[in-house]
Amino acid sequence: MKQRNAKNTITLNLIVVAVFFAVLIVIKETGIIASSTLLILQYIGIYSIFALGINMVNGYLGVFSLSHAGFMAIGAYSAALSTRYFFMAEWMFPVALIFGGAVAMLVGLLVAIPSFKAKGDYLAIITLGFSLIVQSILQNVRFVGASKGMNNIAKYTNIYWVFAFLLLAIFIVSRFVNSKYGRSLKAIREDQTASMLVSVDVRRNKTIAFGVSAFLIGISGGLISHLLGYTSPSAYGFTNIVDGLVMVYLGGMGSILGSIFGAATWQALVQLLKDLGTWRWVVGGGLLCLIMVIRPKGIFGYMEIKDLIRTAKERLNDRKQGGNTNE
Amino acid sequence: MNIFVQQFINFLQLGSIYALNAISFSMVYGIAGLVNFAHGSFFGISMYVLFFISTLLFQLIESTWIVYVIALIGASIVTSLVAVIVEKAAYSPLKNAPKIAVVVSSVGAGMALEYLILNIWGSKAKRMPDLIPNVTFKIADINVPLFKIMIVVIAIVTMIVLTLVIKKTKLGTAMRAVSQDRVAAGFMGIATNRVVSMSFVFGAVLATIAASLYGTAYTIFAYNVGENIIWWSFIAAVLGGIGSIGGSVVGGFIIAGISILAPIVLPVSSYKDIVAFAVLIIVLLVKPTGLLGKKSIEKI
Repeated sequence: MKQRNAKNTITLNLIVVAVFFAVLIVIKETGIIASSTLLILQYIGIYSIFALGINMVNGYLGVFSLSHAGFMAIGAYSAALSTRYFFMAEWMFPVALIFGGAVAMLVGLLVAIPSFKAKGDYLAIITLGFSLIVQSILQNVRFVGASKGMNNIAKYTNIYWVFAFLLLAIFIVSRFVNSKYGRSLKAIREDQTASMLVSVDVRRNKTIAFGVSAFLIGISGGLISHLLGYTSPSAYGFTNIVDGLVMVYLGGMGSILGSIFGAATWQALVQLLKDLGTWRWVVGGGLLCLIMVIRPKGIFGYMEIKDLIRTAKERLNDRKQGGNTNE
Repeated sequence: MNIFVQQFINFLQLGSIYALNAISFSMVYGIAGLVNFAHGSFFGISMYVLFFISTLLFQLIESTWIVYVIALIGASIVTSLVAVIVEKAAYSPLKNAPKIAVVVSSVGAGMALEYLILNIWGSKAKRMPDLIPNVTFKIADINVPLFKIMIVVIAIVTMIVLTLVIKKTKLGTAMRAVSQDRVAAGFMGIATNRVVSMSFVFGAVLATIAASLYGTAYTIFAYNVGENIIWWSFIAAVLGGIGSIGGSVVGGFIIAGISILAPIVLPVSSYKDIVAFAVLIIVLLVKPTGLLGKKSIEKI
């Protein structure tokens, strides 16, 4: 029975994916929507992967880390270098992306080490330091163009690759979260000392979480550098860190749906408010405050689609029962 | 020898500015218990209000000292008002929310304020008028401008006054109580909300004093002036042990020392950030609560 259920969900998922890509092909090839909208969609996809990666550490593990700008820079630069020197053919683009993700992951395993001991704001400052050190090194190394950055990167990114990797990211995160490791992460988030007492290997789990997070963020970096055709160290500074935080916490921590929704809202907001010029950052900042005051856990904090449906059903049932008792 | 003394004076000057900023950052952290990412924008607002008032007054009054004092008072009032409004609007409603919500809210508030400055005063860099008379002393063949000495003096006086206020007055006692345990302080009849608001006022006034010193020392500034200085002050505060005044001073001077020494010792001056962060990370790995921070024991 259970096996058949699992089989059914897999076929269901496959159908959803197939329909999704069919829609993508239709909107891209027939040109129903303008190319600027297509670009916004690509941004949304890329930043969703980015937000999912941040969510692994900041949401599921519950550690306040600011290392994402560094991982994104590493992913962007190593993917760009690899398409320039090793994986030059266009069909090898996914290999280059995964290479970028893998390099970021290796570094991520190292960044996990300070998180064993330092906590809270102190860890935040260490990870911030990591991001800024990466930026500073990139600004000074001639080989990658120093502060001018790399230009003429092949523009391999298109909407198919973006959403294929987004689906991969969703798959990785959802499998991970529902596995043994994901449950240990939740235990560590709720209470590290208590989870150690029930023999959760805190160090190993934190290392794995940082590794997976860095992998996803690295892939998003590779996608963005091949979308824009250039990359420079200034893109991976404070603004990038703040952008990432905003998307994750706006959408809600510890939720796949939240990450995607947060990335989509923030990117759409940034693009739609473009007419406001510099006032858009005033409006955006104010909106961020407002949303946090109204929903402190983010819009979908610790909730997925099935949770939403369940609560909606429960509410409906309550209302029905309430109606019955009144009669 | 001459260069050495000049650099040492520069070190004292930069250290004082970082230390004051770190203290103002640390005050809010210690009492309100939040990392206030909007603090850089408070610093920026003080900078622009100081600039606005002093350029206006210099057309009427000639004495620099009077202008300095009036501008300082005016800017303190405006910045305190902004700080209290932000606290009431964006932080206070999130008192019982997860800590991270307040951090994100402060990021939003900081961004809104920074770009508000940009929209009001424009993106062109401004030049702060001389708030301290431009006189140069000659001590044993070494030229020492008056403003460099005054920066250090003003910073030290501010720190002493602040320490006295926190140690001796009723408000200071209430602040220390709230920083130790907010709930228990409330039970003892302390108006915790008012004390938290006061910590923001203190932070704003300290930021204004620091801004006046920064403006005197470096004169040119733009709308994003708060961003850079505040990250370094944050780092200084964490390095010294966040929430402790002594720690902030130590951290501020260490960061200043690195920024002065690194360009002399290292071949590439922009590597100073890397050195500063490397020192920070090593210190935090050895002593996770900063140099003078207290160790907190977690209870289950």
